[in-house]
Amino acid sequence: MTVTQTAFRHAMLDPAATVPHGIINPDGAPATKRFDVYRNNVAVSLSDALEAAFPVMSKLLGDEFFRAMAGVYLRTHPPKSPLMMFYGEAMPQFIGRFQPTKKFRYLPDIARMELAMRQAYHAEDATPVAPEALGAIAADALMSVRLGIAPAVQTVMSDFPIHAIYRANVEADAPKPVMQPQSVVITRAGFDPQYHLINAAGAACVETLKKGQSLGQALAAGDDTLDLGAVLGLLLAQGAVTAIY
Amino acid sequence: MLDATPSSSLPARPGVGYKPQHYAAIMDQPAALGWLEIHAENYMGGGGRPIAQLRHLAERFPISVHGVGLSIGGEGDLDKDHLARLKHLIGWLNPASFSEHLAWSTHDSHFFNDLLPLPYTAKTLKRVAAHIDRVQEVLGRQMLLENPSSYLAFTESEMSETDFLREIAQRTGCGLLLDVNNVFVSATNLKTSPQDYIDNFPLEAVGEIHLGGHDEDEDETGAPLLIDSHGREVVDPVWSLLDYTLQRSGPKPLLIEWDTDVPDWQILYAEIEKADQALSVVVQ
Repeated sequence: MTVTQTAFRHAMLDPAATVPHGIINPDGAPATKRFDVYRNNVAVSLSDALEAAFPVMSKLLGDEFFRAMAGVYLRTHPPKSPLMMFYGEAMPQFIGRFQPTKKFRYLPDIARMELAMRQAYHAEDATPVAPEALGAIAADALMSVRLGIAPAVQTVMSDFPIHAIYRANVEADAPKPVMQPQSVVITRAGFDPQYHLINAAGAACVETLKKGQSLGQALAAGDDTLDLGAVLGLLLAQGAVTAIY
Repeated sequence: MLDATPSSSLPARPGVGYKPQHYAAIMDQPAALGWLEIHAENYMGGGGRPIAQLRHLAERFPISVHGVGLSIGGEGDLDKDHLARLKHLIGWLNPASFSEHLAWSTHDSHFFNDLLPLPYTAKTLKRVAAHIDRVQEVLGRQMLLENPSSYLAFTESEMSETDFLREIAQRTGCGLLLDVNNVFVSATNLKTSPQDYIDNFPLEAVGEIHLGGHDEDEDETGAPLLIDSHGREVVDPVWSLLDYTLQRSGPKPLLIEWDTDVPDWQILYAEIEKADQALSVVVQ
């Protein structure tokens, strides 16, 4: 009796399924509890990976609820690669559609922010320019300048106060979140990603710079709420600018 | 097939599975610690702290790269992207050894983060050998293949695990990684003798030995069901089985694996010292 890996996989992900014929204990009898070792290993290890990836979401939802939800996620979205450090990439979409959580409309953006923090943590290293480097550029040439942006730099835009919600779950004595749109830019000066509050125009400006467009184009990407000087000051101070050309 | 000369250059000393929380203690170069093992997949990001730490560790210690994601026992082809990532890691790190498992973990492009079992047949032998040939060709070096922990058996199996591994090593020129805790777990679970397993194992092909802790449970008949958890101390019968093995194999690189409920360094180091003691009584 051949046990295909398709049959094994199907039974492993479905706790109610019958153990494939051809799998036995040493006495030749069916081996349900022995097969359960694999069911348990897979569920626990993937749930652990999700819990490590989404600590803030786990705190917001409570550990017990998060583990139960992870059990649904890992069966509908098993990893597509052996790099567990990036597992959970479909969590924002999943949590926005999952019936028990879809009413918490800020959660997908919190999931996006947690994914972005991990991307930043594992991003390639880059050597920053000196913070004062932009000051050497003549004023009339400034708008045509392009910047190299460190690979760790990420932005997340939201209609919800994601910066305040995230902060309230990782920092003691953080202020209580107040309903308002917030965006964040994530930088990594050393090895630990830092998240900074920025407005939507600032986030759009950073995304324009990341694409290799000029400061003039980045300015045009924002509206009158954009403070280009403040955005550039933040990026330079955080070691997020790697080249000026 | 690759030249059968073992390319593992790990010292016949104790090593430990590296955990970032022990970085500072390890950089103090504790006397009994001879080398480190890392899980390949944890060092496949672009950069940041994990890669920086690994570069520093590699300046001080021989490194063994242990893969958990290649799915060598899989029915499908090897994941080309993953093999390329592995080649990149092995390329810049130039580790003392590379090892993987006799198991599968990926099917239909989905990865299950566990080491899943396969039956031992002429068909699976051919497939595993082809996968190992491919890995050694892409990496340009010999790899070691590790014996799994077994919880169940397949009616379709046609040969013993030791015969299967011997044949794989002969066909591909790969070396073997002998996990004596896995031997003990499998023998208990399948009601066989762990000493017989060691007696039948091609010890001349062994480039590394693993030791770890397991959990104890029972199946529905009340028979013992040991689970390879890597979450506690190595038990006395496994230390005895190690002694039995070393008497026959001579000194080998020994690894302590502790991957879940990772303890303080002092507790882990006590295990390393026990491994050092086991090696010190083996006649060269």
